[in-house]
Amino acid sequence: MTSTIILGRHQSWRRIFDRIMKALILLSVAIAVIPLFFVTADVVVEGLPAISWAFFTKNPPSPLAGYGGILNGIEGSLLMVGMGTLIAVPLGVGAGIYFSEWPESRLSFLSSFTNDVLAEFPTIVIGLFVYALVVAPTRTFSAVAGAVALAIIMLPIIARTTEESLKIVPVTLREASMALGIPRWKTIFRVVISTGKSGLATGILLGIARATGETAPLIVTAGYLNFPPTGLFQQTGSVPYIIYNFGTAGYPNWTTVAWGAALVLVAFMLILNLSVKFFIGRRSTGIRAEI
Amino acid sequence: MSIPTSLSGVQPKFETKGLKAGFGSTWVLNGIDLKIPPNRVTAVMGPSGCGKTTFVRCLNRLHELTPGAVVEGEALLDGEDIYDRRVDPVAVRRRIGMVFQKPNPFPTMSIYHNVVAGLTLNGERDKKKLDLAAENSLRGAYLWDEVKDKLRDSGASLSGGQQQRLCIARALAVEPEVILMDEPCSALDPTATAKIEELITQLKRDYTIIIVTHNLQQASRVADYTAFFYLGKLIEFDETAPLFENPKEELTERYITGKFG
Repeated sequence: MTSTIILGRHQSWRRIFDRIMKALILLSVAIAVIPLFFVTADVVVEGLPAISWAFFTKNPPSPLAGYGGILNGIEGSLLMVGMGTLIAVPLGVGAGIYFSEWPESRLSFLSSFTNDVLAEFPTIVIGLFVYALVVAPTRTFSAVAGAVALAIIMLPIIARTTEESLKIVPVTLREASMALGIPRWKTIFRVVISTGKSGLATGILLGIARATGETAPLIVTAGYLNFPPTGLFQQTGSVPYIIYNFGTAGYPNWTTVAWGAALVLVAFMLILNLSVKFFIGRRSTGIRAEI
Repeated sequence: MSIPTSLSGVQPKFETKGLKAGFGSTWVLNGIDLKIPPNRVTAVMGPSGCGKTTFVRCLNRLHELTPGAVVEGEALLDGEDIYDRRVDPVAVRRRIGMVFQKPNPFPTMSIYHNVVAGLTLNGERDKKKLDLAAENSLRGAYLWDEVKDKLRDSGASLSGGQQQRLCIARALAVEPEVILMDEPCSALDPTATAKIEELITQLKRDYTIIIVTHNLQQASRVADYTAFFYLGKLIEFDETAPLFENPKEELTERYITGKFG
C-alpha cells in the first residue's frame, strides 16, 4: 500500500518535471527565433510599400519625392561583388587546394592559420587597408577599390570551405587515380575537385552572400553614386550604402527607400542560402562554414 | 632465400633487391629480396603488421605518396629499377594496375567513365577506342553482361562485388602488365569472393598478379606461389602447395597452423 503511493508520487512528479523542461526548451527556441522574426517582419512591412517594378529600374528619388528605385545600388553591388568574386575565387580555391593536398608543408600550416585570422578580421579595417592601397594612390573612390575590399573579405571563406570540401574526399579515391597512372595535378582537378564540387560551390555562394551585405568597407572604398556605375575608377553606389545613406537622413520617403533596399538585400540572402541548402542536400557533404 | 626449383631459369617479372620501406624513422620492410614470376598469381601473406601491404604499395610507387614515407633498395620491373632517379613514377604506374581492399569507383562518374577513366584522364578522346576498351575490360572482369545496359548509371549504384569487378575493369583498361591486389575480397560476401577468385585465375594468363591476403584458404585456392612475410622480413617463398604442406621455416609452419594470426 505504502509502496504504490510512493511510486505514484514519483511518477507524477517526473511527468510535471518533464513538462516544465519541455516548456523551458520551447521558450528558449522562441526567444531565439523571435528577434529574427520581428526583424524580418519589420523589413517586409516597412519595405514592401517601396517595392514595384520601378524600384528595380529607377534611381533613388529626391527628398520628399516618391520612392524611385535602387537601380544604382543593384548595378553597383552586382559590379563590385562580381569583380570581387572573379578575384577571390581563383585565389581562394587555389589556396584551399594547397591546404588540402599539401597539408604537411610549413607554408600550408602558416597560411592556413593566417587565413583563419583574416576570416575574423573587422571589415572596416580591411576597408581602410584598401583605402590606403587603392583609393589614396588613385585619388578617388572606385568600384575597383570596393571590389578589392570585398575580394579580401571573401577570400578566407572560399579558401576554408574549399579546403574542408576536398579533405572530405577519401584518400582511397586519390590513390585509385594515381594507381591508374594519372598525374597528381589531374588527379586533383578531375577526381578530387569533381567529387568535392558541391562543397566548393557552397563556399563560393557563402562568400558572395557575405560580400553582398558588407557596408563599412564600401563606405571607405567605393563611396556612393546616385546613378548606375559610370566607370571602374569612379565612385560607385551599392545597396548597403543606400540603406546607410537613405535610412538615417530623416526624409520619410527616403526611409522607405532604405527599407525597400533592406528587403531586397534580405530576399537576396535568402535565395542564396536556399541555393546552398539545395547543393548540400544533393550531395550531403555536410559542410558548414561559419561566417 | 632459395628459389623454388620451378622458377630457376625463369626471368622474374618483378624482382626486389634489398627493398626497405617505412615512415619517418620506422622501417616497416627490412630488406626484401623476392622474385615474382610472370603470368602467375603470387600471394603475399603474413600476420598484421608484417609489411605485406607496404611491400605491394612499393611495387607501384604508391607508398611514397604518403607524407613521411621512405624507400630504399631496388625494385626491378623486367630488369629495370623503377626507383631509378630517371624513371617517371607516373609511367611506372601505367604499367601496373591496383585493386584496393575496399572498392573505390569514382563516385561522380558513370560505370562507363569509371572503366575508361585511366584512358580519358590521360588524354584519349577517340570514342571508338574508348567504347572498345570499355567493353573488353568489362568482359575481362566478368562484368559486361551485368552492366551493358546501364553503362550511364553511376558507378556507386552497383553492389560491393560488382563495384570491385568494376575497379578491376578500370585497372585492365589501361592494359597493365602487372596487377596488384590488396586483400580485394575482404569487404565482399562469399559469392562475390568466389566470382573474383575465378576471375583472378583467368587473368593470370595475360597478367602477372600479386595478391595480398590474410586468408590461407584463398591463397591455396588462387595462388601459384606464396611469399610469407613476418615483421618486415621475407621468411619463405615457394609454390603454394609445398609451402602449406611442408613449410621449411618454423615461423611459416606456426602461421599456417594458426599458432599466431
